[in-house]
Amino acid sequence: MEIKVLGPGCAKCQQLEKTVREVVKELGVDAKIEDIKDIKKIMEYPILTTPGLVINEKLVVSGRVPSKAEVTTFITTALTKK
Amino acid sequence: MIIFEWLNDQLLRMEWLSNLVNWLVTNVFRLDVDGRVGGSIQFFIYDVVKIFILLCILIFVISYIQSFFPPERSRKILGKFTGIWGNLLGALLGTITPFCSCSSIPLFIGFTRAGLPIGVTFSFLVSSPLVDLASVLLLASIFNWPIALAYVVVGVLLAVVAGTIISKLKLEKYVEPFVLNNSMMEVEQEKLTRRDRVNFARNQVLDIVKRVWLYILVGVGIGAAIHNWIPQSIITAVLGQDKWYSVLVATIVGVPMYADIFGTLPIAEALVLKGVGLGTALSFMMAVTALSLPSMVMLKQVIKMKLLVIFVGLVTVGIILIGYLFNVFGHLLF
Repeated sequence: MEIKVLGPGCAKCQQLEKTVREVVKELGVDAKIEDIKDIKKIMEYPILTTPGLVINEKLVVSGRVPSKAEVTTFITTALTKK
Repeated sequence: MIIFEWLNDQLLRMEWLSNLVNWLVTNVFRLDVDGRVGGSIQFFIYDVVKIFILLCILIFVISYIQSFFPPERSRKILGKFTGIWGNLLGALLGTITPFCSCSSIPLFIGFTRAGLPIGVTFSFLVSSPLVDLASVLLLASIFNWPIALAYVVVGVLLAVVAGTIISKLKLEKYVEPFVLNNSMMEVEQEKLTRRDRVNFARNQVLDIVKRVWLYILVGVGIGAAIHNWIPQSIITAVLGQDKWYSVLVATIVGVPMYADIFGTLPIAEALVLKGVGLGTALSFMMAVTALSLPSMVMLKQVIKMKLLVIFVGLVTVGIILIGYLFNVFGHLLF
């Protein structure tokens, strides 16, 4: 599983990354987590406001920091899709 | 009318809080509220508590409303208007759309790729940090409603004018090429339930309080110092109403700085109480919030230096003009 956290580095983006890492660790999922700060790379996805969360190249949420429960749902849903 | 005034005094100005703090300082700390130490402690406690209470309530309510206006929706709406109406709408939507300042770049790119004239996007970017529903209410609480409303009108006007000028000067060629290289992608709009909106609003409150609590404490601290410790003569020497350069000083000092608007309001309040012109205080506030070194550094990634300089220059000149305007006509609003 490939997870990307999109954001130039403000507090919200860092919080999202922290939550994602926690959830991945708790679920024991084999996932590669990438922090994308470069604006050109960020804009490869249909995003208008950061932070953004991309799972397996699909943008699942943007513009707000999802709760830990939401992140867990996103990741488990992505797992079942495989 | 009397009920409105009572509501205003109790809810926004929190007279009950002021009286409570007065009582606290006089009877528990045993200090004279009219004296220096007692006065600054009273100012500090009262302002900090008032701002935090207002902050939480206002951010919650306004974020809830804002959850109905995500940027994607603004982009769709703005696509339908041309000319100066686009700028006006851009400025107005900028005031109610929630986003943190680091989103200004994706937003700029997204709007531009959707075909919106850059002037409209700039109107949006100028009004967003400058005019914010919560801070307007806070302004009404600290000063009064005519001033708060005048601030909104003037802020929106500045955003519209700056954006229109940028459009008219045909500065599109100064946008970095990669911005226009890819076409716009449809951004999925999330369907939010009421529970989602409440969560969003609650998270916005927590998020914003976490971000600005230090600015508020520092801002109120400086306000208290100005209020009670710094002699009026020093303040009026630099920023006095009769000094023609006061607005210039206030603006130029404020531009490179950044502080949250909730932190600068107590400073503006203290300055005005010390005899600084309303326009000078507002200029300082606007300069600090509308422009900042970090946001300019970020914008530099998407627009070329010339456009950035023009943008900063326009906003700065606008703020200076507004400052003089309020200084001259401010007494009509009190």
